[in-house]
Amino acid sequence: MMANMGIAFAILGAALAACLAGAGSAIGVGIAGQAAAGVTTEDPAKFSKVLILQLLPGTQGIYGLLIAFLCLSNVGVIGTPVEISLAKGVMYFFACLPMAIAGLMSAIYQGKASVSCISMVAKRPDQFGKAMIFPAMVETYAILALLISLLAISGVGAINI
Amino acid sequence: MSESYTYAVARIRANELALFNDQTIEQLLAAKSYEECIRLLQDKGWGGMEANPTAESLLAEEREKTWALMRELVPDLSVFDVFLYTNDYHNLKAAIKLVCTGSEDFGLFISHGTVDHRELLHTVQERDWGSLPDPMRGPAEEAYNALAQTRDGQLCDIILDRAALDAVYTAGKASRDELIRKYAELTVASADIKTAVRCARTGKPVDFIRRALAECDSLSASRLAKAAAEGLDSICDLLATTDYADAVEVLRQSPSAFERWCDNLIIRYIRPQQFQSFGIGPLAAYILGRENEIKSVRIILSGKLNQLSDQSIRERVREMYV
Repeated sequence: MMANMGIAFAILGAALAACLAGAGSAIGVGIAGQAAAGVTTEDPAKFSKVLILQLLPGTQGIYGLLIAFLCLSNVGVIGTPVEISLAKGVMYFFACLPMAIAGLMSAIYQGKASVSCISMVAKRPDQFGKAMIFPAMVETYAILALLISLLAISGVGAINI
Repeated sequence: MSESYTYAVARIRANELALFNDQTIEQLLAAKSYEECIRLLQDKGWGGMEANPTAESLLAEEREKTWALMRELVPDLSVFDVFLYTNDYHNLKAAIKLVCTGSEDFGLFISHGTVDHRELLHTVQERDWGSLPDPMRGPAEEAYNALAQTRDGQLCDIILDRAALDAVYTAGKASRDELIRKYAELTVASADIKTAVRCARTGKPVDFIRRALAECDSLSASRLAKAAAEGLDSICDLLATTDYADAVEVLRQSPSAFERWCDNLIIRYIRPQQFQSFGIGPLAAYILGRENEIKSVRIILSGKLNQLSDQSIRERVREMYV
């Protein structure tokens, strides 16, 4: 029983990375989509600009997927099966958490920032470049989480316990 | 939920582009005649299909456009009832006066209210007070009896004006939105000050003044009534100790300067809503901004029609929301 717990923890970590980051992106893209639809209703010419702003919170879902894929691949769920100890499984679990939690929160807040910037583009379309920067700043923290999860998963793979 | 009305607020943001700013108001003020002003407004997209609209039809059309947009955006318009109660009580007043004087002039009614003005007129004609909403019943019957029995139009007015303010204040207090709460507070306080000044100028007794003033948190109605009975200086002394200390200077200038100050106070308070992306606040602010715009255009058109000087019109024009 305990011998199988390692792989279970690793899969739980991968699932959380994919689910939470994906859920965050869905919420972020969803609220930005509502705002984008509002602006496009009044001025269809702004469609392309608001679409880009709407898509910005979608990246966390992709990062979560990447981490989940990498984790599943390292523990042998995808590809060649390998033996995973309980300690190693728990390590994979914690390695996935940064992406899961930071992905969820950053996507929601990036969605809110996108909504405000969509309003900004509605009033000042010439300021589209600046409007892109504000939600993009939130992306920094999702990238930092992605980086640490990537490094952690790679590092755990090299540990022999 | 704080993320509610996201679609609606985004549409409002796009619509705010069409609101008049100070430059547009200057353009209207620079128009040489009333007709030129109307043409300018039509060029800005005001009015409907009518080729030669009157000022009233143009303004009514714009008010209708605002509420048509709100009907699209907000599933339950009762959140904006606080803005409509004054129209309801105005219509009730008009209906009572029409019935008591036997006149048939329907031009006195305002189209937007929580109760249809035709229903109000029917209610007054039939004395069917029970069909009115709860808070309206008592004041309607009391005002009708006051006018029918004593022919005292002023008494009828103060009963209904006070009831309108009470309704606005109650609705404001019940609202979860800070902007609507503050709007109700400022509306009642400024109306109380206006009434107090008018009563002080006409030398009304303290009991009469107290009856006309509505209660609010930021201004004690009983202290204001007492000050009004003593005179304008006492009102100014009292106001100097309240949140409305800035009003003292304009009160001494003229009643129209004070009315302008009151409207500007609300506009300044709601202006930050332009930077809010969620909630009912930006929608409520848009309604108030549009009403303020319509009021300013009415002042300009009326000034142009009566050939008042630009300076005289400019003194009365309100600050714009955008």
